[in-house]
Amino acid sequence: MLQQAEISPEKIEQDRLYRDMGMTDEEFQSVKNILGRQPNFTETGIFSVMWSEHCSYKTSKPLLRKFPTKGPHVLQGPGEGAGIVDIGDDKAVVFKIESHNHPSAVEPYQGAATGVGGIIRDVFSMGARPIALLNSLRFGNLTTPRVKYLLEEVVHGIAGYGNCVGVPTVGGEIQFDTSYEGNPLVNAMCVGLIEQKDIQKGIAAGVGNTVIYAGAPTGRDGIHGATFASEDLSEESESKRPSVQVGDPFMEKLLIEACLEVIQHEALVGMQDMGAAGLTSSASEMASKAGMGMEMNLDLVPQRELHMTPYELMLSESQERMLLVVKKGQEQGIIDVFEKYGLQAVAVGTVTDDKQFRLLHHGEVAAEIPVDSLAEDAPVYYKDSKVPDYFKEFQTIDYKPAVTNYAETLKQLLQQPTIASKEWVYDQYDSMVGADTVVAPGSDAAIVRVRGTQKAIAMTTDCNSRYIYLDPETGGKIAVAEAARNIISSGAKPLALTDGLNFGNPDKPENFWQMEKSVDGMSAACLALETPVISGNVSLYNESNQQSIFPTPIVGMVGLVEDIKHVTTSTFKQAGDAIYLVGETKAEFGGSELQNLLEERYYGKAPAIDLDTEASNQQAVLASIQQGLLASAHDLAEGGLAVALAESLFDTKLGAQVTVEEDATASLFSESQSRFLVSVSPEKQAAFEEAVPAAAQIGVVTETAELTVVQGDKTIILEAVPTLEALWKGAIPCLLKSKA
Amino acid sequence: MKFAVIVFPGSNCDRDMYHAVRDGLGEEADLVWYENANLADYDAILLPGGFSYGDYLRSGAIASVSNVLNQIKQKAETGTPVLGVCNGFQILLETGLLPGAMLRNEKLKFMCHYETLVVERNDTLFTSGYEKGQEIQIPIAHGEGNYYCDDATLETLQQNNQIVFTYKNNPNGSRANIAGIVNKAGNVLGMMPHPERAVEDLLGSKDGLALFQSVLHHWREMYVTTS
Repeated sequence: MLQQAEISPEKIEQDRLYRDMGMTDEEFQSVKNILGRQPNFTETGIFSVMWSEHCSYKTSKPLLRKFPTKGPHVLQGPGEGAGIVDIGDDKAVVFKIESHNHPSAVEPYQGAATGVGGIIRDVFSMGARPIALLNSLRFGNLTTPRVKYLLEEVVHGIAGYGNCVGVPTVGGEIQFDTSYEGNPLVNAMCVGLIEQKDIQKGIAAGVGNTVIYAGAPTGRDGIHGATFASEDLSEESESKRPSVQVGDPFMEKLLIEACLEVIQHEALVGMQDMGAAGLTSSASEMASKAGMGMEMNLDLVPQRELHMTPYELMLSESQERMLLVVKKGQEQGIIDVFEKYGLQAVAVGTVTDDKQFRLLHHGEVAAEIPVDSLAEDAPVYYKDSKVPDYFKEFQTIDYKPAVTNYAETLKQLLQQPTIASKEWVYDQYDSMVGADTVVAPGSDAAIVRVRGTQKAIAMTTDCNSRYIYLDPETGGKIAVAEAARNIISSGAKPLALTDGLNFGNPDKPENFWQMEKSVDGMSAACLALETPVISGNVSLYNESNQQSIFPTPIVGMVGLVEDIKHVTTSTFKQAGDAIYLVGETKAEFGGSELQNLLEERYYGKAPAIDLDTEASNQQAVLASIQQGLLASAHDLAEGGLAVALAESLFDTKLGAQVTVEEDATASLFSESQSRFLVSVSPEKQAAFEEAVPAAAQIGVVTETAELTVVQGDKTIILEAVPTLEALWKGAIPCLLKSKA
Repeated sequence: MKFAVIVFPGSNCDRDMYHAVRDGLGEEADLVWYENANLADYDAILLPGGFSYGDYLRSGAIASVSNVLNQIKQKAETGTPVLGVCNGFQILLETGLLPGAMLRNEKLKFMCHYETLVVERNDTLFTSGYEKGQEIQIPIAHGEGNYYCDDATLETLQQNNQIVFTYKNNPNGSRANIAGIVNKAGNVLGMMPHPERAVEDLLGSKDGLALFQSVLHHWREMYVTTS
């Protein structure tokens, strides 16, 4: 590409070219006020990207303030690359979730791969070694070639990046629904482990200190990616393909090792990755957080294409790049570390005390902006909120399904893609690299041990968006509660969470109401369950062809296993063990998998949740795990008790005999909240019943691999476990192969 | 006994290997960066898995022409045990220390799970701790583990008893179910499955530990108990 003359400031204003960069007329006027003049092309680009929803949270900020973010164990809340929680022994866990929805909709392999790369950088830029990856995916129904292609390529992209970079992908979840058909969700979470003394922040402190650019050179890929992420998807999105970055996991692996070595270097002042809005956001945020300014000479920035303009250099989202601030005079020691790994590291600027963000290019000032205005003066919008008509209607409906053949219903539920085994997906991920994975994908939560201690970290991602669609406040509570139940079932105490808020266009009052209410619900549950929000990400405008996705605030939760002996999995262990149900079952089918199976849509009320009951059931189950009373524990979720029973039998060669109440449909398939399915060896039954009064024995684990369910004197289910298991395991591979 | 774990840019099972020796076996190990390495003092060389050089060109191809491989070849000629796992096996194939090549898995997907291996030989220095015919549980994690060689090479491998591990249920299309082979002298072993990930019950299996114990046992027999 030849270098072109830059468009004049006058023309930008006259022709309202800033609108093409996603900036409103009002926003452009405030930029003019801040600068006291018309911004040039580069400055307009910098403001537009820093004030995009993706970087500024201008729409979601008023909601995010509602989240409880503090706790005695929280070392770093929202605001840095990732949040940090104390786990004792002078160690801490660092974690965050991030979305890469729009890139994945357009170019699924690279979109998903670079999503993984970006979240890993957020974690190791804090000084932590990444120890685990999780993901949360949403697709349309697996019936169209496009959706199958998206699933295959997203999984392939996550595997391609995560496997090569050497961080195990230990968990995640996938759900399928028509609302995601044109706009899939790809949220990736990374968990890191750090010695507390090594925690470092992205600040550019110390006047005269040197700004170093490290990693991959800058190209023209991903320009304006953050703005792209802040628009609805449309037919024209195809033309945004150049906004999707291309990842190189090998480069990332080298960057991880180099940065973790640099962390130990006393010359390092601060470090931040170049994620959304690339060099612009990393540099300006580092300076702004330190109360400093920064001057950079863009001619020194490593470039892999010729004649790049300041606009392109500042807005490129090329991957695998880091920005460091290093003590003046000690640059070489840092540069040597990067060179050992074959990486470029170049001094590109200095920290100043004038609070200006000044960029030089070919000997001229290409941009000069008061640095705080980029982060702090971004507009904040209080959007209109309106209760949708559907919600009012749903609240009046009491949906009751009619089931006659319980065994057949169970078989069909086990083949629903959201319930079916995800082995086809996670077999493609290296879940064991690092040799610390104690519980691999497939159980309620994944567990990675902390070498050198008796502790382990439990982690999960979860969000049942159907409940949130029906009733965002209740659904928001359930999302947090269910993630916590996953953590509890694995034998860990929930510590904190990262939220991946995925919603539609917030300009529609009904959408904003969904956001508002789900944040209210999540906040209430965070308080009740003592799991503050320590980091997160907001992805709005998830729509295609005017159709919003289901509101999907994904919860990524981390818990602590105090003693590795407490690690518990969901499968039954021994014939003769008693099976108990903890928690009360009501006839609740709104948003259930059974409703989807029978009606092919969701309506009615979401299951009720009482946060006090939730907290006390969780505490009782965790206490009995810690006392060694449980052989297995499983959270009841989609598909209710019947599905949980079947899942507890898979991969065990065991069977179960269970008795249910009069309303067998509710007993088997209701999705009432705050429930666990546990098994207890006979000699521990008395102690368990005393410890957990909310538990009722419903059956026993048997030697014959059959699931038998009895109601009164009738046997209503009698199925060979291998038959059920084959259906459950075969469903997704079968759907992917079929030529529908 | 002292093991060298060779670290190339992009190796990612290096620390797994290091811990298997240190914590599993209880012997000394060093992570040795591939540049300016001096392997003289090491009793065994371990080439770990991962994606050396990002698998650019071909898996293992770039690492196979690094200087450190010349030293490893010399050590191998003098009888030092050399174990290459996963990408380490791919490197050994690229150097020619072992015959054959790797194709992409038959189903063209990366796979990570436990496989049942059959110990075909227990008269090598790597497998003396197993029974012949023993079935062991070892994880695999690879996208290109489909071992290929021509008929003549396969015949040679069989005649020389060089096939050490086979898959009970071939997951990737490998010829003759091959999971691991040794050189003719028996001191260079390449295998796709990861014994270093199976050295403690906590992680699901400790069937890989006997491999490291066999190497230690061999070393003791050779150098320690001779007096």
